Amino acid sequence: MKDITRRDFLKVSGTAAATTALASCGIKDDNADGEVDYMGHHDGPVPTDKMTYRTNPKQGDKVSLLGYGWMRLPNTKDEDGRDIIDQEQVNRLCKYALDHGVNYFDTSPAYCRGKSEESLGIALEASGYKRSDYFIATKMSNFSPSQYEFEEGKAMFERSLEYLKTDYIDYLLLHSIGGGGMNPVHQRYLDNGLLDWLVEQREAGRIRNLGFSFHGDVAVFDWAMAHHEEYHWDFVQIQANYVDWNNEEDKGRSGKYLYDELVKRKIPVVIMEPLLGGRLSKVPDHVVAHFKQRKPEDSVASWAFRYIGSKPAVLTVLSGMTYMEHLEDNLRTYSPLEPLTEEEQQWLEGETATLIKSYPTIDCNDCNYCMPCPYGLNIPAIFVHYNKCVNKGNVPESQQAANYAKARRAFLIGYDRSVPKLRQANHCIQCRECIPHCPQQIDIPREMQRIDSFVEKLKQGTL
Amino acid sequence: MLKKIRLTFAIIFWVLITWLLLDFTGTAQAYLGWMAKIQFIPALLALNIGALLFVVTLTLLLGRIYCSVICPLGVMQDFIAWLRRKKNKYNFSPAKNTLRYTVLVIACASLALGVAWLGGLIFPYSTYGRIVSTIFAPLYKLANNGLAAISEHYDSYAFYEVEVWLKSVAALIIALLTLGIIAVLAWKNGRTWCNTICPVGTLLGLISKQSFLKINIDADKCKNCHKCERNCKAACIDLDTHTVDYSRCVVCGNCLDECKFDALKLTSSPSTPSSCSQKADEGRRAVLTGVALLAGTAIAKAQAKVEPKTTDGGLADIVKKKKTRREKLITPPGSLSIRNLRSHCTACQLCIDACPNDVLRPSSSLDRFMQPEVSFEKGYCRPECTRCSEVCPTSAIHPVTVEQRTAIQVGHAVWTRDLCVPVKDEKPCGLCARKCPAGAIQMVPLHAGVHQDGWRWRDADGQEIPRDKVLLIPVINEEKCIGCGACENLCPSSPISAIYVEGHEVHKEI
Repeated sequence: MKDITRRDFLKVSGTAAATTALASCGIKDDNADGEVDYMGHHDGPVPTDKMTYRTNPKQGDKVSLLGYGWMRLPNTKDEDGRDIIDQEQVNRLCKYALDHGVNYFDTSPAYCRGKSEESLGIALEASGYKRSDYFIATKMSNFSPSQYEFEEGKAMFERSLEYLKTDYIDYLLLHSIGGGGMNPVHQRYLDNGLLDWLVEQREAGRIRNLGFSFHGDVAVFDWAMAHHEEYHWDFVQIQANYVDWNNEEDKGRSGKYLYDELVKRKIPVVIMEPLLGGRLSKVPDHVVAHFKQRKPEDSVASWAFRYIGSKPAVLTVLSGMTYMEHLEDNLRTYSPLEPLTEEEQQWLEGETATLIKSYPTIDCNDCNYCMPCPYGLNIPAIFVHYNKCVNKGNVPESQQAANYAKARRAFLIGYDRSVPKLRQANHCIQCRECIPHCPQQIDIPREMQRIDSFVEKLKQGTL
Repeated sequence: MLKKIRLTFAIIFWVLITWLLLDFTGTAQAYLGWMAKIQFIPALLALNIGALLFVVTLTLLLGRIYCSVICPLGVMQDFIAWLRRKKNKYNFSPAKNTLRYTVLVIACASLALGVAWLGGLIFPYSTYGRIVSTIFAPLYKLANNGLAAISEHYDSYAFYEVEVWLKSVAALIIALLTLGIIAVLAWKNGRTWCNTICPVGTLLGLISKQSFLKINIDADKCKNCHKCERNCKAACIDLDTHTVDYSRCVVCGNCLDECKFDALKLTSSPSTPSSCSQKADEGRRAVLTGVALLAGTAIAKAQAKVEPKTTDGGLADIVKKKKTRREKLITPPGSLSIRNLRSHCTACQLCIDACPNDVLRPSSSLDRFMQPEVSFEKGYCRPECTRCSEVCPTSAIHPVTVEQRTAIQVGHAVWTRDLCVPVKDEKPCGLCARKCPAGAIQMVPLHAGVHQDGWRWRDADGQEIPRDKVLLIPVINEEKCIGCGACENLCPSSPISAIYVEGHEVHKEI
């Protein structure tokens, strides 16, 4: 009986509850307080003490398999109608996560218009937990050439400590190396001596683990691996998921390649973007059915989390949980993790990945690294709308398409709703300032032109 | 009976024509566009012979029934008068003929002299159009936006949001003033406006004097109770002499209903003892009215600045565009020339309200007051759109097809060097050239000697320049430019665009 998994247990008890409910229907209520649990087994209370933990061998950190990415925070509006972080809700999410076993929080000086670290500092303090109860990860996010100076980098680190109300960082990352090849790495960390200084801070105990996050050019990853002896990366953060696990066109995207290289060197792996910014949960209806047919009670997202969490070298899986419901769902998935079977793994990497890739969505994870666009465009909103329409079948190929009139209306009206007119793709001047910022290497200006020309064809009726 | 039929038609006409003026989706235009085109002044300006013949014939047959049924301003006044639930509120008053004919002469002169907007201030259809478009259409759109928000919430595309903005303070003030004056007159004395000011009323009054069917009072049957006179909103029944001023009677039928002694009748000749039975007579009248109205229907059917980016997320501020100062006015495709628009447009605002791209707005210039003019701060004249030309009832804007419309040159683009992004910010741009639907803009190197060598760019010394560092500026082929304003509207330079359109006095096809 001890080997029974949480899901099995819940299923059994759920069936029992349902049977009881049916039997009592219309006759009498057995429950003392007169309430019947109609919600079934899946939406029972989220367990507080079942979280799966992984151990970082370096200092024995017991890290929760679910890590909280502090990037996609809920927003509210200030008096001028601008987005600001909804700190009250953020505090609730933080406390709830801690109460349910999450102990790894990942932020950056660049996230959320530069307000993420401060918000995390406030939320952690408000939670009432001790500093030793959780781990903080933040980054050296010196993206702009104006921040390449050594002093700028140093000041950035000191500011992080201040905002996070602490005197040490558990996990510090060189933020997103790989974009634009080795040049930026030299300019940001090597030539100015910043990386050497960070190594010193590690020795001084102000940084407990030093690592990097990687997107893009695999040559940079290979360089970092080749210099492992020199820098002793304590962990590395990569993007990995079942769709791109065996990506053969681009090794920099192939989770398997990156993961195996890290395992070879016994470096713990932190996973980011397990859902590709929602692209692996907001899927077309018949893909939803494809998942639900196997496990009707499990969310589509849970498959992505179980997939990547089943890799033994993964220390934690980061998720930017905007809503309480996301947090609850992910907590259930990892409290405790039910590892994938061999067959399930093949099913995800094989037919499921092929099915998802058959929809020509744009690889945007809605991370907002490209923003703000100096010409006022809302780039991620344009991509999110486009992808939504791709998944809903509202991107007709020609006027002969069966649902052309309906799809056209949905695309155009939805476009104006999702993106104000002055922030739409037709305002892109092709200045290319966004290109180095995109972790997914999207040729944003080209996509803007493509989407705009599609919109023009819809409007002019020349598709 | 006659009153009921008249009322039914009047309500149908009024509601539909009001919807036509309010509707911004183009749906109403497809079915109801003819309702605007049979209005007297629009038909006159458009030289719509069919519609003019219909109105004149109708008046010769039934008197000024046009004023009671087809004219939305007339029905609006009846509605306002009806709101004041009071019986016996009117009295006979003599016609103010000097005033009436003076106004008629001035109105005719304004058309003859090509300043149609002046007459447009009092022409009934344009007055009503202005009231609806400037006062009620914004409210209608706000209500629509409420529904759009709800339908967005339910992920439905049944309604979409439209922008509500004040297009002209002057037009709003004029509309509020005319509505105020007409409402007070209607509340107090019924059809005073129609019978003293309205030039269409005066003109049709001249015709209706000769009409076949008229209200006649049988002095023998009349008991001089004055009920008919007290309920005549046109104040045209003089019971002391038992006569009706047919130039002012709008054949509303109120008097017929009021008379308990059967002394008033709509007949072809002054009252003599009737040979037909009363019932048959009434029935024939009703049929006649209905047929006439239906026949009428059938005839009518024939930019931005930000600090260096160091953090992620957020939106750059957008500087709103300012109204461009132009040497020459731009008028919509189909309007032929500034002169044609000026002499044919009664400033009814129908096109301005219908423009889905927020390009048209009422002019504040005195020689073309409240007539539409084109500007591109909020949008541009999109190549697939011909809406203004479809809705115009007066031929101030002639109907054009999409193909014709994209070949009509209404103006040409002009470049302002100092504001252009490649010059000012030394950044590549070229948005105007990419978005020009006429292909009239090309990009050429800013600096002398820069040239293309196969796929590469080289400077004067032959040194290669990376593609994204080549600064190109737009040059305009004025012969191909149609003046649609895409370049001006989308230009990243804000609040003043680096490229803008100057209008042409006379349009031409390219």
